[in-house]
Amino acid sequence: MSDTNKILTVSASPHVKSNDTTQRIMLDVVLALVPAGIAGCVIFGMRALLVIALCIGFSVLFEFLSRKIMKRSNTLGDLSAVVTGLLLAYNIPVLDLAKFDGKLWKATVMTVLLCAVGSFFAIVVTKQFFGGLGQNFANPAIVGRIVLLVSFPSAMTAFTAPRQAVDAITTATPLGILSDGSLFDRAGDISAQISSLSADGYLPDLLSMLVGVKGGCIGEVSGILLILGGCYLLMRRVISPAIHVAFVGTVAVFMLIASRGSLPFVAYEILGGGLLLGAIFMATDYTTSPITLKGKIIFGIGCGIVCSVIRLFCSMAEGVSYAILLMNIACPLIEMATKPRPFGVEKEKKAKKEEKTA
Amino acid sequence: MKSQAGDAILKAIGKVRGGVTPAHNKLTAEMESVRIAPPAQVVLPMQQHIGAPCVPTVKVGDIVSIGQVIGDSDKYVSAPIHASVSGKVTSLAEVRLANGRMAPAVTIENDGENRLFEGIAPPKVTNRDELLQAVRASGLVGLGGAGFPTHVKLNIPADKNVDTLVVNAAECEPYITVDYRECMENAENILGGVYLLADMLNLKQVVICVEDNKPKAIQVLKEIADHDLDKGNKVRLMTLKSKYPQGAEKMMVLSATGRVVPAGKLPADAGCIVMNVGSVAFVNRYIQTGKPLTSRTVTVSGDCIAQPQNIRVPVGTSVQQIIDACGGFTKDPVKIIAGGPMMGTALIDTEVPLLKSNNAVLAFSASSSVCKPARDCIRCGRCHAACPMGLIPTQIEKFVQLKDAEMLEKCGINVCMECGSCAFSCPSAKPLVQHMRLAKEIVREAGTKK
Repeated sequence: MSDTNKILTVSASPHVKSNDTTQRIMLDVVLALVPAGIAGCVIFGMRALLVIALCIGFSVLFEFLSRKIMKRSNTLGDLSAVVTGLLLAYNIPVLDLAKFDGKLWKATVMTVLLCAVGSFFAIVVTKQFFGGLGQNFANPAIVGRIVLLVSFPSAMTAFTAPRQAVDAITTATPLGILSDGSLFDRAGDISAQISSLSADGYLPDLLSMLVGVKGGCIGEVSGILLILGGCYLLMRRVISPAIHVAFVGTVAVFMLIASRGSLPFVAYEILGGGLLLGAIFMATDYTTSPITLKGKIIFGIGCGIVCSVIRLFCSMAEGVSYAILLMNIACPLIEMATKPRPFGVEKEKKAKKEEKTA
Repeated sequence: MKSQAGDAILKAIGKVRGGVTPAHNKLTAEMESVRIAPPAQVVLPMQQHIGAPCVPTVKVGDIVSIGQVIGDSDKYVSAPIHASVSGKVTSLAEVRLANGRMAPAVTIENDGENRLFEGIAPPKVTNRDELLQAVRASGLVGLGGAGFPTHVKLNIPADKNVDTLVVNAAECEPYITVDYRECMENAENILGGVYLLADMLNLKQVVICVEDNKPKAIQVLKEIADHDLDKGNKVRLMTLKSKYPQGAEKMMVLSATGRVVPAGKLPADAGCIVMNVGSVAFVNRYIQTGKPLTSRTVTVSGDCIAQPQNIRVPVGTSVQQIIDACGGFTKDPVKIIAGGPMMGTALIDTEVPLLKSNNAVLAFSASSSVCKPARDCIRCGRCHAACPMGLIPTQIEKFVQLKDAEMLEKCGINVCMECGSCAFSCPSAKPLVQHMRLAKEIVREAGTKK
């Protein structure tokens, strides 16, 4: 008899596991976000890097401290705080010095304040107060951004101009320009108006929109790199295409109808603002979106509707964050309504009908 | 008769949802199965099947020979147990089984004579009833792992309109190659069994299902499906995409016929009988020789086994003897599993005897088996995406913590077959199958209270 007196592990099956871990998933999200962040630093200068570093730093610090104070285990290793910090940073603009009397120190103090307050509400209030990873009712970064937006409205819209846009007349975001209302009131074709605005230098051309040379928050400007990151997540099977395709698709349909068929308008609406960042990286957040495919599609369409309505009919130029927040809150309801039918279980209505006939 | 020779191989008719793709690791696939030297002693538990346990029919001191009935039951859902070596009965004491339960067992000391029981003779089978009787007498239980008495499965109630036999050669569990070897080494018996069963049970069609990662087995089975015996082209071969749990009974019925087995019902309710390919071959062998089920092939594999291989061993051989026959361990095992890595049972020690339904003994070191602590659920939905039954395991886990029997039933917990796809894919390493079992227990308890 050989040496089998060693203690064996006894556990429920299965005894093998896939390589997926929470940490690896979060790392994939971080990797997918990196290109867009680099673009932000190139476009807005190294102060963008400061915002990113501050947000990640504060998020990690708050996660560590709040877990410690609440006497819970340390969860820094799952990298979820890094993801939240990164997403929050991408939703904050590099502050325009002109709005701070041209003084760098004033703008920097404001930046630190924005990052600290945003991270606190994201990590401590939204995530840890509700029980930590997987328990939050809304996306932490979205809540962080909305808190900043309503608390510091002027700072959060003090967009700096891209360094590459030398002839830029205004630092307003393309969405702001498009949604000032006059576009729809004026007679004439919307596409023609857009091309004249673009020719006059009020609007960046479509290529700049795609690459990211435009006013906006750090991480949201480079549409092409966000899409690239999204493709990486799809390839790694971290996300399924249901939510963001439904989200962006719905917005596209709404904008197409609203503009009476102007494709350039649709393109500006999709590439402008935080739609791609929100749809690909924030609406797809596991915790705050439905689990089933049907639920995901409803969730995405709902986000698209709310976002379009806000953009078209409200005084705000941007509606992605509010759309996602509202649908986050509706998520449990969607899940209740889209409960999947287990294999071999008949539809209730059908079963009841059969009972009646029998 | 060359008319059917060119029959196309069928593709799955119904689509199985979810599933996972663990590494196949079929290390022993191309190794001829070998007989090992009979062990000095075998322990034959009286519970080797689903259903009523057997009662020993021998006393301590009795001399028995191979194939002699040593345990039987008068209950219908049961199967007799036969001596697997010749020798003296030394004990009728209880032993611990792989699942941790105690069961009475007959211990036989091998006298090394390999004496066959005189009563062994091929049974006369000319109709269905004789077939069922013969199958019961053979002691056959499902060789694929579940161990359901085959004669019960074949005895279709008159009100069920069963027209299809699904022969399961999918072998979707990693490591195990027993069914594959059966195809490679025992084609005539599979052939005989398929046509015998189709004939005796008066079935309209036979679908042999195999996963597409076994090209050689596909070739062998194709010849069986195209054989001249197949009058009226009843027997067809179907290849299935290699994914786990393709070989689960309900999934197989769906793939093979497009029919859905209703929740809480058996394949017979969808007009099908599903049989493991090894069981089909055994029926034929028994009808030819009259030798009951006293030995079986097991895959011995895993990263701790010195010489992974398929071996043919008498039922009741201890796991330790089986491992020793394969060269012992190369490093200290952390887990030893009876059955496959997805659904098998982790053993407490190596003294447990091999049962009729055990198709593998696997020994793993720490690096290749899961022993990670669970983390918080991130609601990624991988468990739901993987569940072939369309359940949401993470939700079930929450209701388990709340002990909410009503909600658990609404979630459909009773259709869960514990295939392990959810736990396999969980990035938080949650022991979801354990929770599914707990959930069933909670529902059961609530049911008895009512």
